[in-house]
Amino acid sequence: MTALFTLDHVDYAPGGKAILRDLTLTVPEHAAITIVGPSGAGKSTLLRLLATLLTPSHGTILYRGQPQTTWPHPQYRQQVSYCFQQPTLFGETVQDNLSFPFAIRGQAFDAVKAEAALAAVDLPESMLKTAITELSGGEKQRVALIRNLLFPPQVLLLDEVTTGLDAVTKATVRRLIDQWHADGVALLSVTHDETEIAAATTRWTLRAGRLEGQDD
Amino acid sequence: MTDLIVSPTALGFAVVLVLVALGVNLREKIGLERDLVVGVLRAVVQLTVVGYVLTYIIRVDRLWLTALMVAIILFNAALNARKRANGIPHAFAISLLAIGTATVTTITLLVVARAVRFTPSQIVPISGMISSNAMVAIGLAYRSMNASFHDQRQGVMERLALGADLKQASRHIVQAAIRTGMAPTIDSAKTVGIVSLPGMMSGLIFAGVDPTKAIMYQIMVTFMLMAATSIGSVIACYLAYPGYYNDDMQLK
Repeated sequence: MTALFTLDHVDYAPGGKAILRDLTLTVPEHAAITIVGPSGAGKSTLLRLLATLLTPSHGTILYRGQPQTTWPHPQYRQQVSYCFQQPTLFGETVQDNLSFPFAIRGQAFDAVKAEAALAAVDLPESMLKTAITELSGGEKQRVALIRNLLFPPQVLLLDEVTTGLDAVTKATVRRLIDQWHADGVALLSVTHDETEIAAATTRWTLRAGRLEGQDD
Repeated sequence: MTDLIVSPTALGFAVVLVLVALGVNLREKIGLERDLVVGVLRAVVQLTVVGYVLTYIIRVDRLWLTALMVAIILFNAALNARKRANGIPHAFAISLLAIGTATVTTITLLVVARAVRFTPSQIVPISGMISSNAMVAIGLAYRSMNASFHDQRQGVMERLALGADLKQASRHIVQAAIRTGMAPTIDSAKTVGIVSLPGMMSGLIFAGVDPTKAIMYQIMVTFMLMAATSIGSVIACYLAYPGYYNDDMQLK
């Protein structure tokens, strides 16, 4: 069976400063991997390399057996979706954000689908017209998450997406992520949250740009 | 028309006005004395030279010479717009293409509509007017794009991460830059006649032309500048934005 990702001796050293060193690893299909490690270990960089938002200085990354570069970048990124730790919302309203995934696919905005997505993260359906300046941190994070998931990707790269959320919102987001995984979306999450780390089935530890441990 | 002639003595007295500006600068410690002096010297030298050149070009009335003069204006305008580009790749070529297209398109339309005649006395000043406005618009648009790609870096990265192509990820920045570039032309169109009496119209009235006819010319100039700045800004912005990305569709 072809692996989801295969990293072969991957370095990332912009301007000669090594952030990731000689990473060789395999991510199986339908994985749910939690990546842990101290700040500056290269966790976010690893996710951004997988998302093609960064390019390795050395080594290759295969996605489903093919070099990342063989896919057109937009299509690849729609399949391998990177969620930012502190997302920026676009435009002026929630709808400006949720219409973007439709626009980039050349489709008309489907309000019913967007409202259903809002309801799935415990946000009111009427929120579409709400100004983004009126949203709390937790609401912004959830709007950003469903922006990534209106068209379900194959892989979700979650970069500390629950950081700064209250316990209730965190549980909602967590429940939703588990649901997406059950529906077939592979997960690679970076987290510092002790509860999430304890609940992880597969845990990888990065330290100083190197993979130190893989616990199942 | 003899009323219009400014004698060298009168011009000499006008230097007093520059001295007033210099005095204010020195007293308030604004620090623009050097720029003021350089500006005055350049204005005197450049305008004197161009005065003689224009006199010659108008007298000999040769197509190639008119075209050469327009080409020199376009080249200088592009060179100046590039200074605002601050690292945008191929900024000179992009600016030259944008200002050239804006100028040539606008003049062609005016000539075809018989609003102006293809003579050096009309083509050269109008080219200068169009290309200088397009140059300012493009310079402002470049500055706006540079600031936005810097300040909105994460927003652009998030659009890319969602699977947007470069145009989709940059559209909001490009639109804002075009708006910024065109704002002075639109503002001046809104206030023309109630705030400013523009140079061309004032010049014609000075020269004794009936103000209603001068106004017709000014309306034409206003429309012409709107077309030129919009054509110039759109071409420059759409050609320049890919320069902010590398071959892997990542922000540089």
